[in-house]
Amino acid sequence: MPHLAIERWAKSADCPPDSPTVLTVEGTHGPVIHAVTKAAAERGARTGARLTDARALDPTLVAVPADPEGDAALVRRLARWAERWSPLVEVDGDGLRFDVTGVAHLFGGERGLVRDIQRQFAGIGLTTRIAIAPTAAAAWALSHFGRSSSIVTPAKAGAHVGAGRRTLEKSSDMDASLRWHDELNALHVSALRLDADTVRTLERLGLKTIGALIGVPRLALARRFRGAEDVVDALDRALGRKPEPLTAAPADPPPRSTLRLEEPATHPEAAPQALERLIPDLVRQLQERHLGARRLSLTGYRVDGSVAVASVATSIASREPRHLQRLLADKAAALDPEFGFDAFALTADWIEDLRAAQDSLVEEPSGERELARLVDRLTVKLGPRRVQRPKAEESHLPERASGWVAAISSSLSAKPMGRGTIERRFNGGRVGAKLLHHSTSSSGPPPQPYRAREELCRPQRLLDRPEAIDVIYATPEGMPRRFVWRRAVHDIARAEGPERIAPEWWRQPSSARLRDYYRVEDSSGRRYWIYREGLIGDGRGGLPNWFIHGLFG
Amino acid sequence: MPAPPNPTLSELFAAHPHDSGWAGFLLAQLRPDKPLLWVQDRMAILENGRVHPPGLPAQDLIHVEARDARDALWAMEEGLRCSGLSAVVGEIWGDPKALDFTATRRLAVASERSGVAAFLIRLGGHANLSGARMRWRIASAPSLANDLDPKAPGLPAWDAELFRARGMPPGRWSIAHEADRFHLVAASGDRALGEERRLSA
Repeated sequence: MPHLAIERWAKSADCPPDSPTVLTVEGTHGPVIHAVTKAAAERGARTGARLTDARALDPTLVAVPADPEGDAALVRRLARWAERWSPLVEVDGDGLRFDVTGVAHLFGGERGLVRDIQRQFAGIGLTTRIAIAPTAAAAWALSHFGRSSSIVTPAKAGAHVGAGRRTLEKSSDMDASLRWHDELNALHVSALRLDADTVRTLERLGLKTIGALIGVPRLALARRFRGAEDVVDALDRALGRKPEPLTAAPADPPPRSTLRLEEPATHPEAAPQALERLIPDLVRQLQERHLGARRLSLTGYRVDGSVAVASVATSIASREPRHLQRLLADKAAALDPEFGFDAFALTADWIEDLRAAQDSLVEEPSGERELARLVDRLTVKLGPRRVQRPKAEESHLPERASGWVAAISSSLSAKPMGRGTIERRFNGGRVGAKLLHHSTSSSGPPPQPYRAREELCRPQRLLDRPEAIDVIYATPEGMPRRFVWRRAVHDIARAEGPERIAPEWWRQPSSARLRDYYRVEDSSGRRYWIYREGLIGDGRGGLPNWFIHGLFG
Repeated sequence: MPAPPNPTLSELFAAHPHDSGWAGFLLAQLRPDKPLLWVQDRMAILENGRVHPPGLPAQDLIHVEARDARDALWAMEEGLRCSGLSAVVGEIWGDPKALDFTATRRLAVASERSGVAAFLIRLGGHANLSGARMRWRIASAPSLANDLDPKAPGLPAWDAELFRARGMPPGRWSIAHEADRFHLVAASGDRALGEERRLSA
């Protein structure tokens, strides 16, 4: 990105493109020009010149201090963004290096890739010079000194944006390698990224292009240039005789604190003791980065080359040492040292933003946070499937209507489920599967609205699996009179129903039968929710079966 | 209705393992402003069903399915340390070994310290030595008359027997709950009288 600094400045300062502005950095003898706008360049300002010299040519130049750190941060951010093109992106000065091995075909070949990169970078207002070459050094050379967006293709390799390039794969055949050597040979020796003194020496020796340099015997070169000014080395990297692997910039590494032991510890208490030392360090890291941990793992490294991991999750981000300690302590104690641990690492694998906050003046934890910690502790000990919160589902089938989700994964502000939910649902105008028989008597108050009756009709307890019961009824479609559940006979004193719930034909098989629910009360006053599955002659099986599904309080 | 002056541990015995009348009696006493922790051990779920949120008042709920009574008691005690809860309900099936005087005493102390009411539900258990401040035996009673349908069950009613309480005389009541209030009703069977008392109350 040859004009990164000035383009970034122009964008942030929102300046007209024709203003003669230069960005300056402090040099040994006063400000030195770091970057220039096009208008300033036309008036004689050059990068690397002193500001006073440029002002002598044109006194109207506007000087603004440059921000190299901001530029570098932008490049680092762009490196992350550029991972859309290649998994391996490395920051290289003001440019980016991509390993595009096996990538180009995804973007319609190398030309397509270059076009795409150029277009995307132009979209965010940055000019790019791109070169694709078999070695990283060659790509750098071509992108800085070669034709605009040059692609030299001897087999596959790496690319450099702005200073974009490719790394070599050793599959180049002779012809192709000769061809791309030609491209490189024409370039000036400074394309090898040698320092200024070396370049000057080479120029004095008459070795102005890389081609000329290649012609010189290696031994002579190696003898003449040693140490830092290693010309042979630079040449080898450019030509692919020496590997130059890319190191991708890692994403923000998760907070991690480690502890190494002098002697392997075989004592079972070793892990909890290590935990006590690791947690304050980790909490400090989290504090510095304003993060809270959602998942922590303690890794114990054994001497025999195996590892033991204990991990816990929290329902809200936390960096409170005592809480984390309590969560992990039991699991840490259960880690088996076998031949002994010689190192421990505590990593916050899953982190979330957590700003410092004070809930109240007195040091009293808020209810919500207290609750989240309770859920954490319960979940760590009993497992996420045993600590649950209700989750309402859009269904009339009772067992589906009240789903459960692990409490640790559901947010605490979720709407509580209860009669309110049911009410809202039936207000929504869905009728369909419901049928209630109101037998109104002439005396007494007028029948209550449909919704109010609805609220009463759900039991407080539901059996996980409806249990078959034997029922004696007056008429097949009529009210049940007596039923046998778990070998106990219940005489039905009063009953209400049926409430018909039709099968969900869009997800159940066509043989599923409808259910007629009855609310019944036996002679001792216990109330049950029983249903008849199916009707006689509905063509989905023989006689209807009866089940008990819920108990009323 | 006698109620403890401060939140504490109450023990509710179901008159019969398959009698869920206590659930209605209990839910009528809970304050719905804060979440509720409901712990059930495995046998309680198998025998007596799982909590069914649509049947409960609209209230946030955390449900714990404990493997055995020990886990259930542990979960209850953890819950009682958390002041963000309105109440902790724990259902224990039978007379497990873990549920001794010490365990109930611990629950009672934890409950009184944090101000979170605790309800220990005993299904099919015996009233052994316990640290609970109030001990109830709850049975379902025939429900009140249904204004709309004489053949249908009406408002639930319960026979509640307070057989041990600290600083209170024991007693026995037939009660129903309506519109945030408990009403005394006449002894079971005599619905006409219960109806009158309820309407006049």
